[in-house]
Amino acid sequence: MTEFSTLSIKETISSLKNKDFSVSELVDSHISSMESGRELNAFITETADIARKKALDCNQNYLKGEEKPLEGIPLGIKDMFCTKGVKTTASSKMLENFIPPYESTVTQNLWNDGAILLGKLNNDEFAMGSSNETSFFGEVKNPWKNTKDNFTVPGGSSGGSAASVAAGMGLASLGTDTGGSIRQPASFTGTVGLKPTYGRCSRWGIIAFASSLDQAGPITRTVKDCALLLNSICSYDSKDSTSSQKKIPDFEKSTDESIKGMKIGIPKEYETDGISEDIAEYLEKGKEWLKESGAEIVEISLPHIKYALPCYYIIAPAEASSNLARYDGVKFTHRVDAENIIDMYEETRSQGFGDEVKRRIMIGTYVLSSGYYDAYYLKAQKVRAMISRDFKEVFSKVDAIYGPSTPSTAFELGDKKKDPLEMYLNDVFTVPVNLAGLPAMSVPVGLDKENLPVGMQLIGNSFDEESILSIASCIEKSAKFDLNPNRWWINE
Amino acid sequence: MNKLIKGETGDWEVVIGIEVHAQIVSNSKLFSSASTKFGGEHNTQVSFVDAGMPGMLPVINWVCVEQAIRTGLGLNAKINNYSIFDRKNYFYPDLPQGYQISQFKQPIVGEGSVTIDIDDKKSKTIRIERLHLEQDAGKSLHDQHPEFSFVDLNRSGVALMEIVSMPDISSADEAQSYIKKLRSIMRYLGTCDGNMEEGSLRADINVSVRKPGDELGTRCEIKNVNSIKFIGQAIDYEARRQIELIEDSKEIDQETRLFDPKKGETRSMRSKEEAHDYRYFPDPDLLPLSFSENIIEEIKSELPELPDDKKERFQKEYSLSPYDSNILVSEIEIADFFEAVTKGRDPKIAANWITGEFFAAMNKLGFNIADSPITIDNLSKLIKLIEENVISTRIAKDVFEIMLENNEDPEEIVEREGLKQVSDSGELEKIIDNIIANNPDQVEAVKLKPKLIGWFVGQVMKETNGKANPKLVNDLLNDKLN
Amino acid sequence: MAIDSKLVERIAKLSRISLTESEIKNLSSELDNILNWIEQLSELDTEGINPVFSSFDEEETKYRNDEINDGGYREDIISNAPLSEDGFFLVPKVVD
Repeated sequence: MTEFSTLSIKETISSLKNKDFSVSELVDSHISSMESGRELNAFITETADIARKKALDCNQNYLKGEEKPLEGIPLGIKDMFCTKGVKTTASSKMLENFIPPYESTVTQNLWNDGAILLGKLNNDEFAMGSSNETSFFGEVKNPWKNTKDNFTVPGGSSGGSAASVAAGMGLASLGTDTGGSIRQPASFTGTVGLKPTYGRCSRWGIIAFASSLDQAGPITRTVKDCALLLNSICSYDSKDSTSSQKKIPDFEKSTDESIKGMKIGIPKEYETDGISEDIAEYLEKGKEWLKESGAEIVEISLPHIKYALPCYYIIAPAEASSNLARYDGVKFTHRVDAENIIDMYEETRSQGFGDEVKRRIMIGTYVLSSGYYDAYYLKAQKVRAMISRDFKEVFSKVDAIYGPSTPSTAFELGDKKKDPLEMYLNDVFTVPVNLAGLPAMSVPVGLDKENLPVGMQLIGNSFDEESILSIASCIEKSAKFDLNPNRWWINE
Repeated sequence: MNKLIKGETGDWEVVIGIEVHAQIVSNSKLFSSASTKFGGEHNTQVSFVDAGMPGMLPVINWVCVEQAIRTGLGLNAKINNYSIFDRKNYFYPDLPQGYQISQFKQPIVGEGSVTIDIDDKKSKTIRIERLHLEQDAGKSLHDQHPEFSFVDLNRSGVALMEIVSMPDISSADEAQSYIKKLRSIMRYLGTCDGNMEEGSLRADINVSVRKPGDELGTRCEIKNVNSIKFIGQAIDYEARRQIELIEDSKEIDQETRLFDPKKGETRSMRSKEEAHDYRYFPDPDLLPLSFSENIIEEIKSELPELPDDKKERFQKEYSLSPYDSNILVSEIEIADFFEAVTKGRDPKIAANWITGEFFAAMNKLGFNIADSPITIDNLSKLIKLIEENVISTRIAKDVFEIMLENNEDPEEIVEREGLKQVSDSGELEKIIDNIIANNPDQVEAVKLKPKLIGWFVGQVMKETNGKANPKLVNDLLNDKLN
Repeated sequence: MAIDSKLVERIAKLSRISLTESEIKNLSSELDNILNWIEQLSELDTEGINPVFSSFDEEETKYRNDEINDGGYREDIISNAPLSEDGFFLVPKVVD
């Protein structure tokens, strides 16, 4: 059965067109992968019945030759996307039993293109975390164990999304990225993850974490699959005031474009501190690959980038503190009964939210509170402006930026759980992009000495996903990374 | 001079500022496409956005923006073509998002003014500090159950304009005039229906007192007063309360109070014991609100004539007194009614009839002008009959009474009931001669006391069932008795 | 700015989250740690810089027409409510 689950979407579609196998066979294979992979804890809700039923329609469409672009492709969806009639929890006790009466725009786009929901994927609670250890439904295990045979984290917050794709449970998945939540787990699991430009995808129906930073995106096995999914999920949505009306290009085509003559910048700030030796090696290797493909490597500087992380940890919690105020025990499933309204609020929220969420609500409340707003929140938004300006200047000279996705590869489960600040530092390379609203992706380049995947990050100019897809495609070809973790979870 | 209140230690001045919450006239809500209609079944005019469901996003309704611009222009205010929506964060069961989308630092409308009349001759300008757009909250019902409050979100998300005055108001009367004038302007503009019973217009009143010339005193805010009468009562009570506290050497707490209409008192709101910290910040779900100067100009060019201009025109065009003009322009419906009735008629007579008999009748019936049982046409005809001396003013009142019953054409009433004024001097002379002949004593008396001529007029009227032309009767009697 | 337990209690109150004594203690040191790290922003001179509140820079505001085409699905609105009756949300009695 596993041969189905290691196919790319591109290959699967051509096999389905060829009638090599039916959508039902494909879906059954993925359902059995999903069921035999429960040890990974990637799924919160499995929707096997929905998938089998929809597969029947898809079979018909192939028979009639009326298949849509993603007809019959089984996908896992991060549990931050509201799915009509299917439990959507944000991995929080607060929404443990929440069943949305509506479908998010992005997932609707996928279903309109014929894709099939396989299940809802685990993530850090309300997408707050970098290891998928803050989920109310338990941690997700990375399909890649390290050389000590210890469990590692899949990254976060889209840990379930990345782990499921790496383990062949679903051909691809959807994640959300507020500060690196797609790219960091993609990098930890050897998958391709892309965060589009802010405004490319509608945020309507995605449970909000930090509204000015949140963006949906795909996690896939290949760069081409990433482009395929991107073409489906991006759309202008009149229900989202921050949705872009810009024309959506043919992303798949970009993956075949040559990068000859492209100027690719390497920030000198990236090379100096904090990255592991292995990653530094791959960074160098990547430069060679790019040069071989005819691109020009240019040293650039992003002088304010070191302030991005503290800046992010003001803005994101501030927005979150407000976005999460609606979970008050009145409207959504979880409530702790109390004599008076204030106690009801306080107990409901105290018991409904996990520690990390509470911590961020507290930080956010503090930085917005009277007397601190200017010093923290306003200051951070000014720093954000400076960071955006840095990027703008650089993109007047280069077509894309190349660098590491993360300072290290996947760490062991429980390793950084105790120190929140240490966990935050994981996002150092991914966060700046969200502050500036730029598109960026992580591409797997190989394994490190611990036998763990290494991902490299490409950052594009605003609304130029095409360039980074072309470059990623080129890296993919040179790296020849084999997404094939030892399937330890099947034997146990 | 400001109105002063006498206390034990001397005279006190009241300083009042008012924040009005005016519901915008629009079909759908400020950020959603659910209906704003009043009185619907609970929770049926609620979209997922209005219920604060996860992942829901606001998109602004252009008409609400236009209405705010229109109102700003009607208040002679500066329109800001770049403004920002902020989130005002607090927890309340009828606030489903956990924040209200409002405008804090950069409102859509800046400084403006409203002119109120103090008396026939004097007027006063009340400065407006700002006007901003915001969402209304839902409604909690507390009397349905002993343990629970029931929450209805139909109002949640309805567009409001918060209009903030400067502390330029110095008496309960002025406060009432200010609200009436503001309401009138918005009704002229069609931006708020001003219906206080349905909650379309609510006022938060800031009251403080001081000795004339002193610094501003500590103020109390009386929340959500919803009738013009209560506004007056609340201010009078609150000012008294504060003066008594100070004169008893007690402190005034800066606090939020509620007006209890049953007791006619204000009382402290206990539930707001904690200090608020609303943590305003720009709503990341919404872009700044921006529009071109052209749009402002366009809206400006389509503004209707407003009460102050209309009043001036009525005085000039119809030679009406400031007093009559004021009454007639107070409501757009009255002004329109007057102008329609007076077309081709004597405006003075029309104005007198409308502000007199007609208003009295409407008041008695508890009707609005829109429910008037008498049509514009028929009232106009009645005035024509008076103007052309076909009937006397006295008879006109009787005809009017009949018209109230079934809106009958006054000409037909006069014809049918034979109410035409007797202006035939020959006929009247006969009657007068008869009365003189039969009352020699009175004829003697009138020679000493010319005022007694009124008795003869009365007799003539009696004989003619009131139909005699009073001027003609007077002239004839004067001729014959002097 | 040191974060003490009093400040943590105040923030928790504003956030409507009840905390135990030990949570207050832990959060005080954690928040203190995090905010100290955030403090590095103050090194930066941001004089004259216009803040950016969103990375979305498309100029024109999008407007909705003033049409009624939403609402009318009360069941969906209250279907997830922990406590409801007759189509109302129920909350512990609120007194003004």
